[in-house]
Amino acid sequence: MADQSDLTTLMRLARQGNEDAYRQVLGRVSLWLRSVVRREMVAAGRSAADCEDVVQETLLAMHLKRDTWDETQPLEPWLRAIARHKLVDHLRRRGYRDHVSIDDQAECLAAATDPDADARTDSRRLLESLPDRQRRIVEEISIEGRRAAEVAVRFGMSEGAVRVALHRALKALAALYRKGQS
Amino acid sequence: MRTASLIEALVADRAARGRPLARGLVGALVAGAAVSLALFLVEFGVRADIAEAFVTWRFEVKLAMVFLALALAYSLCVSLSRPVMSGRAAWRLAPLAALAVAAVAIELAMLPAAAWVARLVGSNAVVCLTTIPILAIAPLAAVLWFLRRGAPASPALAGAAAGLLAATAGASLYAFHCFDDSPLFVVTWYVLAALPVIALGAILGRRLLRW
Repeated sequence: MADQSDLTTLMRLARQGNEDAYRQVLGRVSLWLRSVVRREMVAAGRSAADCEDVVQETLLAMHLKRDTWDETQPLEPWLRAIARHKLVDHLRRRGYRDHVSIDDQAECLAAATDPDADARTDSRRLLESLPDRQRRIVEEISIEGRRAAEVAVRFGMSEGAVRVALHRALKALAALYRKGQS
Repeated sequence: MRTASLIEALVADRAARGRPLARGLVGALVAGAAVSLALFLVEFGVRADIAEAFVTWRFEVKLAMVFLALALAYSLCVSLSRPVMSGRAAWRLAPLAALAVAAVAIELAMLPAAAWVARLVGSNAVVCLTTIPILAIAPLAAVLWFLRRGAPASPALAGAAAGLLAATAGASLYAFHCFDDSPLFVVTWYVLAALPVIALGAILGRRLLRW
């Protein structure tokens, strides 16, 4: 049996339909991303206040582009390439508007441990601009933690339709990030 | 939205769905090439002397070159549609260059120097320059459309590779129509015909393949 703590092995399991493996992959990647993104943003002379937004945008890209990972290769170089692409994108989009100060750094460190910080994230704001049905489906599944089958019953839809709507919503979110409405 | 909430949404969207990029690209290419094949059969057609052509080495080498180009362009296209930048992607085309150089060398050795220019110019240069791009349009559209699912390190380069792949698909069909089989003709005019398709692919790729 292969070592299941290895990220590459976990992602292979996830690709075979193992939800828990996928949850673990995303959790561990988000931890790693958080430290890398903050370090890189500070190194680029930018405020790290919105590092969580970059983490979320990168997780979303990684999810939507998961077919581009060659399963015969280790996962990490692929992850690093996606993170770099999204970080460069983000820094370019934000231009030179934000300036780094000690206060910003303090705010970011505080934000990282603030459980109520979600109200200020880009994803929260972008979610508001999705069609009502899509937004509510995402909220039911992500924030309320309901399963797709339960959401289907609540909304009087088939489970398949819920999943299609969820997938469309995630793609729309990625497109909104790209347009720089954040 | 908190990151933990986003992760729940991603998990619900399932990691297993979707098929590997390499396999999907074959499907897109086949779909685009099918449109071009129909166009080819209606508008151009297979050359009349196809049976005799098959036993000549020049025709066989021509087919070997276009099909090798198709296979290598496909592998280049898959590689350039991934986020990990591969530094030596262009080296994938080295076997094609080697085959082309060998074919040209043999042709030059076999023909008297006086016949070189006639074989190079042939009688279908203009047809070649227009037909290959025309037969490449549908494959280019299908491949670019599919590659929007990719995550290329460089969208322009991935678009150029898509253009090359579409041009080789067009050339693979055109090779059965054209009776200029000399490697001198093929290496010159097929390459020139591919260039505008590659350029168009790069321009469109820059816009369409951003992610």
